[in-house]
Amino acid sequence: MKHPGMINKVYNISDEIFNWSEENFKKAAVIIKKYPDSRQQSAVIPLLDLAQRQNSGWLSKTAIEKVAENLSMSYIRVLEVATFYSMFNLEPVGEHFVQICRTTPCWLRGSDKLVEVAKEVSNTKLGETSNDKKFTIVEVECLGACCNAPMVQINDDYYEDLDEDNFKKILTDLKQSKKITKGSQIGRQTSHPQREKNA
Amino acid sequence: MLREEDKIFKNLYGFDDWSLTGAKSRGVWSNTKEIIEKGSDFIVEEIKSSQLRGRGGAGFPAGLKWSFMPKDSGKPHYLVVNADESEPGTCKDREIMRNDPHLLLEGCLIAGFAMHANTCYIYIRGEYYDEASNLQKAIDEAYENNLIGKNACGTNWNYDIYLHRGAGAYICGEETALLESLEGKKGQPRLKPPFPAGAGLYGCPTTVTNVETIAVAPTIIRKGASWFSSLGRENNTGSKIFSISGHVNNPCNVEEEMGIGLKELIENHAGGVIGGWDNLLAVIPGGASVPLIPKSICDTVKMDFDSLKEVQSGLGTAAVIVMNKSTDIVDAICRLSHFYKHESCGQCTPCREGTGWMFRMMEKMVKGSAQVNDIDKLLDVTKQVEGHTICALGDAAAWPIQGLMRHFRPEVERRIKEYRFGEVA
Repeated sequence: MKHPGMINKVYNISDEIFNWSEENFKKAAVIIKKYPDSRQQSAVIPLLDLAQRQNSGWLSKTAIEKVAENLSMSYIRVLEVATFYSMFNLEPVGEHFVQICRTTPCWLRGSDKLVEVAKEVSNTKLGETSNDKKFTIVEVECLGACCNAPMVQINDDYYEDLDEDNFKKILTDLKQSKKITKGSQIGRQTSHPQREKNA
Repeated sequence: MLREEDKIFKNLYGFDDWSLTGAKSRGVWSNTKEIIEKGSDFIVEEIKSSQLRGRGGAGFPAGLKWSFMPKDSGKPHYLVVNADESEPGTCKDREIMRNDPHLLLEGCLIAGFAMHANTCYIYIRGEYYDEASNLQKAIDEAYENNLIGKNACGTNWNYDIYLHRGAGAYICGEETALLESLEGKKGQPRLKPPFPAGAGLYGCPTTVTNVETIAVAPTIIRKGASWFSSLGRENNTGSKIFSISGHVNNPCNVEEEMGIGLKELIENHAGGVIGGWDNLLAVIPGGASVPLIPKSICDTVKMDFDSLKEVQSGLGTAAVIVMNKSTDIVDAICRLSHFYKHESCGQCTPCREGTGWMFRMMEKMVKGSAQVNDIDKLLDVTKQVEGHTICALGDAAAWPIQGLMRHFRPEVERRIKEYRFGEVA
């Protein structure tokens, strides 16, 4: 299975130079202050995350170099972190990064079918980005929302209690740039046993 | 059944306001100063006598762990909260963090004070975006109201809480891997000793604790250790959040008394097994890492650390994954093998090579394209991985397979024979 977060080489076609936006530069300074003096290396994960957000969902070589420079780390130490953690994408991804949970609790409740739906609507394969750059579809390991299985993470948000129909609707709406609501898709309050909202 | 007034998590589902106002109305932060003024020894003793066992999976006595922190080391002390909830089946800490974050923060202050720590890091898994955002807002509120920060709650104790987001690695739930990750490195576990209480984060005394363990601490101290130990049974006291997922009618998180019957838990809270109790095949009672138990054991087993250990399984994180008779049980375990292959950090050879080998062999078992004596070979490999790695991920990868073969070996053999017979025909 291909996953932009699971590759170990740096994608290097872009000649764009990564520079912090003014806002993110300030944010980075706040993050670094969370850690004791001379321990700024601790900020590498939050800074890579910030850089990835600014760089439309993936880390380019120059972004990794920038983080290394900011934290006085060698490039290889930052690259090592970027390749180790699955949330850092080293390849460009689509506008909607769709991560379908495949681990047993979600699989028991039909995550397989969601993969088929995603492939069909986005017209692409697992681990790939659609031609219109709208979707990147990947399968991931447990996302920790097992009581709301099956579930999918699209960019930052969780979409839970899915089935083929409501998942298809979510993806179709995204394709047409409509607004979608996160969380449970059957109107359930978080992981309450009742299927409908009632206090 | 746990009585409503004995529940610790009163806003588990988030029907109520999670912010400071809501939390205060539920009694959080009400007499924190008084508790802290009783001193750190009192807090540790109280947790010890409540017999609270860590809620992160291993079930180590919490009070004992806290007491390992040196009194005066001359170095800064750290409390690190493990919110890297990634064990398949487990989704309890998530509800605490998004629906009752102040309960956790108050616990951080009390536990941190008991360990002579002035700084607390909460390491939350990167995928939990909303949870991290709620928790950060709660931290900001707590600072604004001087509940934490300089002279926290007017106790002359300075206490900082920082939120640190991870970036997607199951292994960072292992305490020393978490510390490595927090120091800005790859999350590869450290050899122990030295234990974190001696040399943890930045080489300083550190305790790493699960979210739920920390979040129950203030209530235990308020209501008294004897109240908590009156729930459950000796050595398995108190209440616990159970995450029930898989083939049940109403999957849910629920707080229940330790030692509740598995059948009672599933039938009373999760609406029963899909297709009825007789349609049950097997249950993984404590998150992906523990061996499964077949229906015959599920009929009577009680959900606590010692009862589940007796049936060669474990309570783990109390994540109950229910599988009914429609399940391809071999594939279910094969998926877990894939999970461990994916999440192995690559540091120790038996785990790095073993998890991949075990997964490939499990794939053959699903189809039946293995040989009958491959089953023993596979079991032998699980024994060679188990106990021969720095951390417990190797063990966790081995146990589900051992559990499968212990209870469902005939099914695996049947597939192999069927596959071979089909080939001949």
